[in-house]
Amino acid sequence: MDLKDKKVVAIGEREGVNGPSLKLLAESAGASVVFSVTQCFV
Amino acid sequence: MVDPAILHTSYVLAHAPDFVRYGSKPTREIETDPSLLAQVGEALRPWNEVVAYPPNQTFIGNLTPDDLAAIPRPWLDNPVADAKPDGPFGRIVSQAALYGLMKLCDDFELLTITDAVAEQARAELTRFEHRRDQIVGVSADELATVIEENKGLELFHEGELAGFIRSAHDRDASLDAHVLFENLACKATAVLAVSDVFDGSPVNPEDVDYMFNTGEEAVGDRYQRGGGSLSKAVGEVVGCLNATGSDIKAFCAAPVHALIAAAAMVVSGLHMYIVVLGGGSQAKMGMKFRAHLRNGVPIMEDCLAAMAFIVGPDNGDAMRIRLDLTGKHPIGAGSSAQAIYQALVVDPLERAGLNMTDVGRYAVEMHNPEITEPGDSGDVPKTNYRTLAAMAVLRGEIERDEMDEFVAQRGMPGFSPTQGHIPAGMPYLGHAHAAMRRGELQRAMVVAKGSLFLGRMTQLVDGVSFVIEPSQELTETNE
Repeated sequence: MDLKDKKVVAIGEREGVNGPSLKLLAESAGASVVFSVTQCFV
Repeated sequence: MVDPAILHTSYVLAHAPDFVRYGSKPTREIETDPSLLAQVGEALRPWNEVVAYPPNQTFIGNLTPDDLAAIPRPWLDNPVADAKPDGPFGRIVSQAALYGLMKLCDDFELLTITDAVAEQARAELTRFEHRRDQIVGVSADELATVIEENKGLELFHEGELAGFIRSAHDRDASLDAHVLFENLACKATAVLAVSDVFDGSPVNPEDVDYMFNTGEEAVGDRYQRGGGSLSKAVGEVVGCLNATGSDIKAFCAAPVHALIAAAAMVVSGLHMYIVVLGGGSQAKMGMKFRAHLRNGVPIMEDCLAAMAFIVGPDNGDAMRIRLDLTGKHPIGAGSSAQAIYQALVVDPLERAGLNMTDVGRYAVEMHNPEITEPGDSGDVPKTNYRTLAAMAVLRGEIERDEMDEFVAQRGMPGFSPTQGHIPAGMPYLGHAHAAMRRGELQRAMVVAKGSLFLGRMTQLVDGVSFVIEPSQELTETNE
């Protein structure tokens, strides 16, 4: 998936990959992260 | 120096089907779509199904986690025959009993219940003699008058109007009836768990010096929302007359923080006997009800859960808390699953020259997967155990093809209701004590994580852990 110049909403999860990590990954691939959050589903 | 230990454990499930509509999620969804209320009513389980549900039988100690693992899923389809609501370290109580407990905890005449509910509650609650006179009801006409004259929340029993809780202030959101309902339900369930924890224990309520409440309620008014301290309010009802107390707040990790702090108090000589407690989370009732309805399964978040533990000097029949083997997740550690478990599990073990395979059982996030999977939240305990097993592979302690065996031997299926602070390692302590008494368990690690980010003040998670081992006398007895 090419994320360069794409706008990204990063929704992470505590038991998996958290929001800040997703944000870093997306930004390193050239995306603009417009919203990032970590959820806890339990 | 004394060895600090967990001397006794108790657990409570309060079956409260008519409370589900007032969980945070159902309240919001029903406001948007009132037709959901009838669907919720039809998807609730009766008492006998709740008692016979295998995870609930495991929670109160009538089944071991290994027994549960041997029962095929869905557990909903495999009820336990002749199931009893009383277990060796826990019990399930009815909604009427819960209303009765709330009445005897209600020092501000907030709650009104009908005569019929009060009568049933008095019949089911066999203790609390000093407060039983508070379990009184009113007629239907009197209830109608109370509702007409007050701002508050109508309450139900067996689907019918059966009570009311009034707001304690017209314009204070922290003293709104719904908030007070949550707090009173939390207090009431905690009271029962703390009362029960003295059963069969050498410690009496008046021996307790200090109490840590670890629940997820927020008691206070508009000027100090979440101020607490429910610990002292609970101790008052149970008769812990020589105790004071406070709350430890750290989301789901609070009980582990509190048990470590309690153990440190015992070692320091500051206090001898400390009760760590947590009441039920009314806000989480029916939290995944949409997913349960969508999947055609009963709404399984229909019970409030509570717990209590006595911490004191090792008495020879206890679980010693190894304060030299505690783990913490420091602010600078990073929040990946691997970083968290490195800090919580590997680092403390390495300090003592131990391997991950030197721990007999790990108690992690013990959420019942049958509750979480319909909402696509996965099998939370299994995910955690797989992460631990993967770390054991990376450390060269086991081979990759031994991961399943690691999970099966050192893990267990989730059997806890999704009641916030309860599932994070806590449901296993009763089982650990029983296994240590049988000579089947020499070391367990309790690991809890907390989702600090939910409050929007930090992106951080939290986590703490400790190791428990049997009293020396138990080990010698079983040799």
